[in-house]
This record gives sequence, structure tokens and C-alpha cells, in this order.
Amino acid sequence: MKKQDKKRDEKQVAEKEAAEVEANPEVVEKGKKIKEDLDKVMDEIDDVLEENAEEFVKNYVQKGGE
Amino acid sequence: MKNRIFGLETEYGLIFTPHGKVYLPMEKILGYVFEGLIPNSWPSNAFLSNGARFYQDTGCHPEYATPECDQVFDAVVHDKAGERLLERCLPVAQKRLQEEGLSGDIYIYKNNTDSMGNTYGCHENYLMRRDVDFWKVTEQLIPFFVTRQIYAGAGKILKVAGRSHYFISQRAQHIHEKTSSSTTSSRSIINTRDEPHADAEKYRRLHIIVGDSNMSEYATYLKVGTTAIILAMIEDKFYVDGVELDDPVKAMREISRDTTLKKRVRLEKGKEMSAIDIQRLYLEKAKEYLSLVEEDPISRDILERWEFVLDELSEDPNRLDREIDWIAKRGLIQSYMNKKGCGLDDARVAMLDLQYHDINQDRGLYYLLDRGGMIERIAAEEDIQRAIDSPPQTTRAKTRGDFIRFAKAKNRSYTVDWTYLKLNGYWEETILCMDPFSSENVRVNELIAAAEAQK
Repeated sequence: MKKQDKKRDEKQVAEKEAAEVEANPEVVEKGKKIKEDLDKVMDEIDDVLEENAEEFVKNYVQKGGE
Repeated sequence: MKNRIFGLETEYGLIFTPHGKVYLPMEKILGYVFEGLIPNSWPSNAFLSNGARFYQDTGCHPEYATPECDQVFDAVVHDKAGERLLERCLPVAQKRLQEEGLSGDIYIYKNNTDSMGNTYGCHENYLMRRDVDFWKVTEQLIPFFVTRQIYAGAGKILKVAGRSHYFISQRAQHIHEKTSSSTTSSRSIINTRDEPHADAEKYRRLHIIVGDSNMSEYATYLKVGTTAIILAMIEDKFYVDGVELDDPVKAMREISRDTTLKKRVRLEKGKEMSAIDIQRLYLEKAKEYLSLVEEDPISRDILERWEFVLDELSEDPNRLDREIDWIAKRGLIQSYMNKKGCGLDDARVAMLDLQYHDINQDRGLYYLLDRGGMIERIAAEEDIQRAIDSPPQTTRAKTRGDFIRFAKAKNRSYTVDWTYLKLNGYWEETILCMDPFSSENVRVNELIAAAEAQK
């Protein structure tokens, strides 16, 4: 498939999806809310993740349990 | 639902990360954690006033065993109460560290693997009728447990041939046998350890070590609930036929490795089926069974959620990112990778894979999702808080809780186990409690009443 065709197809799909979503304002609201919530969570993750993740994970060693 | 006792035992991962170069043996850290629970002592095995048991397990893990529950919902609530209890111990332990001039952080994880490939478990216990043929139990349960991970798995990034890959289950790679009595060397799908803590002529205990620890209450509810229904079916000789697997251990790993859930595993008779199809056979048989026995709302609720989950998994697993641990965590990881433009092998992603299971609600990523309203809860926080001090009111745990509260109020030393209670020194008779379904004990009541009368 030519690059342009592919782009056009993607655009059509995107428009189609957008049209479907627009049909139901509740879904739009819900989708927006989830996106916002997830963005918020993503921003917070860096605050709680250890600065030196690599070292931390490497050092996470337990004795085997049951 | 049939009268049954449930209990969950969870082993937690524990690590201390020092600021600077300090070495502290894990035993010492665990000692500080326990101090948060019972001050001025160093008990490595303690029964609590909610009837639960908190102790140091093999490999220096804190382990919490819920009290005897006779409702699936109670098992979910009491499992969470164990998390909260441990979380409460953290500030106390941190303070003790500071007092000793040590600076660093303690982390407790409710997961099943470390970075070196060591594993620790979440064990489920179900009281079963003794007179059921155990061979039949094994035959019926193995395909069920092999496939249950599609909704009970907690997800894990592992390296395969140098490449990071997301697996459905934390525990699947550590299971090596179909059946075995060992819980530490050759871990098995069906463990044959049989300590019923009850009349052993009537009951046996089914000890299941194959499952992952769940952060999601929904997943815990479903895994215990569906298992309880299957057990009732086996006890009533209501069997699912034709699902014996050719190599269950291998099938379990194959299923865990394929997050599209399309993988078909080989059955004994040469046919191949997907995990969803096998679970559907159990679901359909369960529906048939429950239509024949007395209708009850709890079984119906479990059945509805089970069907919902299988339907969603068939359509698109991502739809269950509120309910199922491996899917919720994967969604989080995916969003993070998109945002940072990094891959599954990034150290921050490995950290995220771990931090999802942090029981500290300020740090844990499961709790971050929950605060954002992105997790489907089963229990109310009030119920969990109540369960920290209060045992289930309809099982032996109530008697144990009453006794421990009494002994503590009277400042008496006591010795307690699952089946007996004893006040040390003063009133040396041992009170036996062999019936886990009995919430009242005449002698415990007399003891408490006598003490009341003296007031």
C-alpha cells in the first residue's frame, strides 16, 4: 500500500471512530474522564517511582518462600 | 452456597533500601515490622484479635493468614485487612530505624516474584468433605487451575531469550508438578498438604499454591468464588468431562505467555482448546449444577461475574482494566511507555511492574489507579477497617477473637492455635475448638462471664 493511501485509510478510520463516539455524549465524557484520570496517574507515577529504578529492581531479591 | 470454610495465606516481599551504605539483615527489618503490630515483643507467630495469624514464613517473609471465613466476600475483606495491618506497621518500623540512626525505606510487596526468579506464594485453603475421591478432585481441578489465571493472574514482565515479555501469571513459571506435597521445592498445581484444623475424619483441607497474589478485590472474589462452586460440584459428583490436559504444567506456561488468549493447549485426547473455551465448559456445567440445587444470591453473583469476565476476555481483554490485575497493570505500563517513549525492557517499567504491588497506599500504583476511580472495588473501606479488629462472626474465628481480646484486657499471657486456646499459668486448661463452623464456645463464654461477674 502506498504511504498516502495508508494515511488516508487511517484518517478515514479515525473519522469513523470519532463519528461513532460523537453519537453518544456519555461515552465521550467517560472517555475524556478516563484519559484525564490516566494522564493524572502518569504524572504522579514519576513522583512515587524510585529515582534509581534500575538499581532498585536489581536489588529486589528475596529468599524463596512457599 | 454450600457451607464451607475459606482462608487465604499471603506471603509478602520485603525490602529495605538504605540511604547510604548500610547493611541490615532482613530478620531485623522484619522484627521492626512485627513491633508495629505487637509492641515490646518479638513474636514470630501471633494470632490477632480478628482471629488471623501473622508470622514469619520460610525465607523471611511476613505472612498473613486470614481467619476462617465462611463467605467468599469475607475472605476478600480479610485478605485486604492483612494488607492494611502491614501498612500500619510501616511507620512504626521506619521510626525504629531512625532511632537506631539508620536511614532508608521499607517496602512491602504483595506479589510473587523477585528480580532473581525466587518466588513466594498466595495460598488458598478450602475445607472439603473427606469422603470425596481425591483422585477425582485432582482430575477435575487441574484444567480449572491451569486456565483460571486468565482472570486471576497478576501479570509479570520476564525476559525470554534476552527480550522482555509480559506474562499473565507471576506464579505459572514456578510450577513444576501436577501434584506434590512440597510447597517449596517442586511446587505443584495441586498440593496434597492436608491439615484440616478440624475433624479429620469428616474433612480434608484443599491447599492451593498455584495462584498469584491479587491486588484486585474483584480477582480475589472471582478466584475464590469460582473455585468454591467447582468444589461443590465435585462433592456432588457433578463432573466436567473431556478437559484433561496432555501436559498441564506446560499448558499453564503456554497460557501465561500469550496475552492475546488465543493459544490453544493440547488435551489428552489430542484436541486443542483455548483457556477461555476450557473455562466456558466449567461455567456451563456450573450453571447446570446451580439450576438443580437451591438458588442462592451469592452463587448467582459469582456466576454472573464469571460469565461477564469470560465474555469480555473473548471480545477484548483490555476492557477488563478495572477488574483484572494483569490487565490493569498492563494498561498502566502501556500508557507509561507511550508517554515516555520507552520499551518494555526499560528499568522504569520494571519498577512499575513491582510498584503496582506496593501495599503502601501512598506509593502503590494499584492504589494510585484506585484513587483515580479506575479500579472496580468489591469491598467498602469501612468493611476492611472493621476486619482489622473484628473476626467473621459466624466461624471459629469469633471464639478466638473473643478469647484473645479477653486475655489482652486481663493482661494474661496466652497460647493460641487454630484449634485450641489456653491461658498460660492462671487457668491452665486447654480449650479445644475443633469445629471451624462453630462461632460460640461454652467454655470461652463461661470464662468471660466469670470475669465479668468479678467486676
